[in-house]
Order: sequence, then C-alpha cells, then structure tokens
Amino acid sequence: MIQVFAKEFNSFLNSLIAYIVIGAFLTGICLLMWVFPETSVLDYGFADLDTLFSMGPYVFIFLIPAITMKSFAEEKKMGTLELLLTKPLSDWSVVLGKFLATWALVFLALIPTVIYYYSVYRLGNPVGNIDSAGVMGSYIGLALLAMVFCAIGLLASSLTANQIVSFILAAFLCFIVYMGFDSLSSFGGNSALAVKQVGILYHYESLSKGLIDSRDVIYFFSVTGFILLTTKVVISSRQW
Amino acid sequence: MSLYVSHLTKLYGQQKAVNNISFSIEKGEIVGFLGPNGAGKSTTMKVATGYLPPTSGTVQVNGLDVTTHSLKIRKMMGYLPEHNPLYLDMFVHEYLHFVGKVFGISSTNLKTRIPEIIGLCGLGREQNKKIEELSKGYRQRVGLAQALIHNPDVLILDEPTTGLDPNQILEIRKLIKEISRDKTVIFSTHIMQEVQAICDRVIVINQGEIVADDKVANLLKRQSHVFVVVEFEGEVNESELLALDGVEKVTCIQKGLYRLAAREGADLRQEVFRLAADKNLSLIGLRQEENSLEEIFRSLTAKDTVA
Repeated sequence: MIQVFAKEFNSFLNSLIAYIVIGAFLTGICLLMWVFPETSVLDYGFADLDTLFSMGPYVFIFLIPAITMKSFAEEKKMGTLELLLTKPLSDWSVVLGKFLATWALVFLALIPTVIYYYSVYRLGNPVGNIDSAGVMGSYIGLALLAMVFCAIGLLASSLTANQIVSFILAAFLCFIVYMGFDSLSSFGGNSALAVKQVGILYHYESLSKGLIDSRDVIYFFSVTGFILLTTKVVISSRQW
Repeated sequence: MSLYVSHLTKLYGQQKAVNNISFSIEKGEIVGFLGPNGAGKSTTMKVATGYLPPTSGTVQVNGLDVTTHSLKIRKMMGYLPEHNPLYLDMFVHEYLHFVGKVFGISSTNLKTRIPEIIGLCGLGREQNKKIEELSKGYRQRVGLAQALIHNPDVLILDEPTTGLDPNQILEIRKLIKEISRDKTVIFSTHIMQEVQAICDRVIVINQGEIVADDKVANLLKRQSHVFVVVEFEGEVNESELLALDGVEKVTCIQKGLYRLAAREGADLRQEVFRLAADKNLSLIGLRQEENSLEEIFRSLTAKDTVA
C-alpha cells in the first residue's frame, strides 16, 4: 500500500496536476474570501471563515473528481492496471494507496488556508476575536468531506475507462451526496430528518459548530468505508 | 520451480477462449507458446498469472494453486503483459524502483539491483529518460526489466518482440535466452523463427485447444513432404518433372522456377540433375528447402479454421 501511495503521490507532484489543483483551489478561495465584495471578509465586518467553509465544498465538487478521474480510468485504458494487479499487491492495497494519495493531496491544498485563519485572527478587534473551536471543527469537517469525495471519485474512476465519464460521474455523485439529500428532505414529511441525515451537509454543518460529535465522525468514516469497499469490489470483479 | 496447467478452461460469456488444456513446464525450460491471433495464448497467460480466474481447471506454480495462493505466486513470477503497459510519466529508474519496492526488495538492495538489471537489459544509454521519451524497443526492454527485477523463478512473456526492428528482436531473443538458464520461461509469439531460435519446446494452440506440444526438433520431423526448388534457363515441360521418381507435385513459381514436392526421405536433387543432363537443359539453381516450422504451424492450425 505504501508503495502505491508513494507512487501516486509522486506522480501528482511530478505532473502539473498537484500544482493546478492547489493553485486553482487557493486562487478561487482567496478571491472569494478577500476580493469579491459579496463574500469578502473585509466587507462583511465579522471575524469568521464562513466563506472558506461554505464555498470550499463546492470547489471540491469540481476539483476532487479532477484529481481522481485518472486514477483507475487511465490505468484501465493504458493496461497498467493488469501490470499492477499481477504484482504482489492485494486489491485493497491498490485502492487504499490511491485513496490516501488523493486525500493527502487535498490536505496539501488545505494547509495554506491556515494563513487565512491567522490573518482574520490578527484583524479581529480585539485581536484573536474569532471562534477558534468553530474553525477547528470546520477544518475537520472539510477534511472529512474531502475524504468522502475522494472515495466517490475513485469509485467513479474504477467504473469506466474514460476519464471524462469518470469526472462527470464523480462530480454528480459528490453533488448528490453533499446536498442532494438535504434538498430531497424538504419533500418527506415524517422521514425528513432521516433523509437529511443521509447527506453530508447535515453532518458537515454539525461539525462546523465546533462540536466534534462522534456520530458525525462515524458517519463520514462509514460512508467512505462503504464507497471504498464498492470500489474494491469493482476492481475485483474481473475475478467473477 | 515449475508450472502446471491442468484441464484449464476459460469462458468469456459464451465464448470458449481456452478449452480444457493441460501442459507442464519444468525448471530451466524455455517454452514457446504459439498460435494464430485469438487462439487463447494471452488468456492462458492471464490465468496463469492469477489476473483472471479459470472457469474450470487449475494452474499450479511450484505446487501452489494460483487462485488460492495468488499473492505468494505473484512474488515469484515475472510477467510482461501483451502490449507492454508502462507508466509513461515515470522515469526509468523511478519505475524500476517502484516495481522493486512492490516486490519487497529493500532500498539498499535496489541500489545495486537496478543498475544491474539496466545493464542486463541494455538500457544503459536511455536510463535517465522518462519512459514516454523512449522508443518502442527501449520500452520493451523496460517491460522486460520490470519483469526481471526480482529475479523471478517463473517468467511469463506475452509477445515480447512484437513491433521491434530486426536488430532489436535479435537482442531481445538473446536476452531471454541468457536470463532463462535457471528459470521456467513461457513466452507467446506468432513468429516461427523466434521459436526456432530460442525455444526447447513448443506448444501450439489453436482455437483454445493444444494441437501440438513437442520439442522443436521433433515437430520439424513431422513434416510429411520435402521440397526442392529448381531453376532452369527457359521453360521446362512440367510433365517431365512430374515423371521423375518420387515427385508428387510440381508448382510453377515463375517462368523456369519450379517447386517440387516429394515424400519424406526422397532426395530429388540427383534425379533433377540427371534429367537436366539427359535433356540438355541448363540447370541454374537447385536447392532443397529446409523444413520450416511455418509449414507445420500452418498445417496444424489451418485444419479447423475457415479460411
């Protein structure tokens, strides 16, 4: 698994992918936070990072599928998947290695945003007037959300040998899982809350309040686990 | 170390890719796996590497079943898939390092092993390039290098020489022959000369079934006819040639050039020479054709195929 992780992560860093993803994410978020007047913290007048955490998931819906779209689709097309799966690597280690590499890349994109936190912290009046616990919880929420998106992206990539199909499928699924259930819940009378809880948004918002509820954390890990298991089954399906 | 395939059948949906084939290969043997396109060569190899499961039957490597001990077997196997897939965006060293690591070779050992394998596969000149910058022949060598890096006991090569120029083919053949002294090697091809050049034994497969499994020399003896090509200055009456003792068939290749077929064991050359002397014909060429595997291959695989 470590070998696959290292190979994938290096291939992100050795190609333009990592820099484009990080650059696009940071530029987009930076513009929204500091420049565009509708969402700018400076014009808003309150010391918080809401813009980052409310817009971040939407940027991820496009960026993460862009990172993951090649992971299995390209290997299938090039035939390297056969090479990889005839090496002494279990299917799980291939799936997990790729998954962790993409997640690590998303972390890499998130780290520089700590500067935003520091800036707002310094700009607060008095200095440090920011809900640090809320920011912390939101960071954890964003990282967990990225984890689910990475898993969805891998699943979409494992289903096809065409990268464009993989990208669109992943973006669509991320969108549905992120806010589709939330929107659907407005239909359901009694089961509205249950439907809402299936989606990510409910748990993400709950974490953003700064309360790390184990139920939310378990939700994110179990959804990721389920999607990765499905991916592994898809990869292993050649054996049927 | 050896490879046993017994009663292997592989279905793709309704289509029988491989139908109940059995063979075994012992250590130190180089076996050529021969067959027309779509005969089931690659499928057999994919099953042997554990990439695809057999529909029925078993494949054993050194007594271990490939479906149940897949990871263990993959460790002692080197596999070069058809079309030689590679990670084009990696450097040669980086790629070999990755593959070495996957096989559990430590970084310190790899420091000596990678230059060694690069030398062995003749990659020296191109070793600092990205794989995508390499020509087809060098990519093929990288493919071989990754299959050999962990010094495997069993080597499975699926069409290792397709698309190479004649010099490269010779070099790759030499390489396979060199490295295979203490290994079990099976490689597929549809080039006959290749089999003749490097194999001890040949397995011919057609439409998923084994049609011949024999030493190359034995297979060559199977040919039922010998052929003599004669060339005269000017045309000769074909019936005169046909009247010669032992001649069964005469085909005119071009004006004055004939190919005579005779039963095995007969030597037509003397007869032809005598005829030329008697009739005062000027004989300018006389050559007995070497038995060719190609003929045998054709006769073995053409039986059931609709031409």
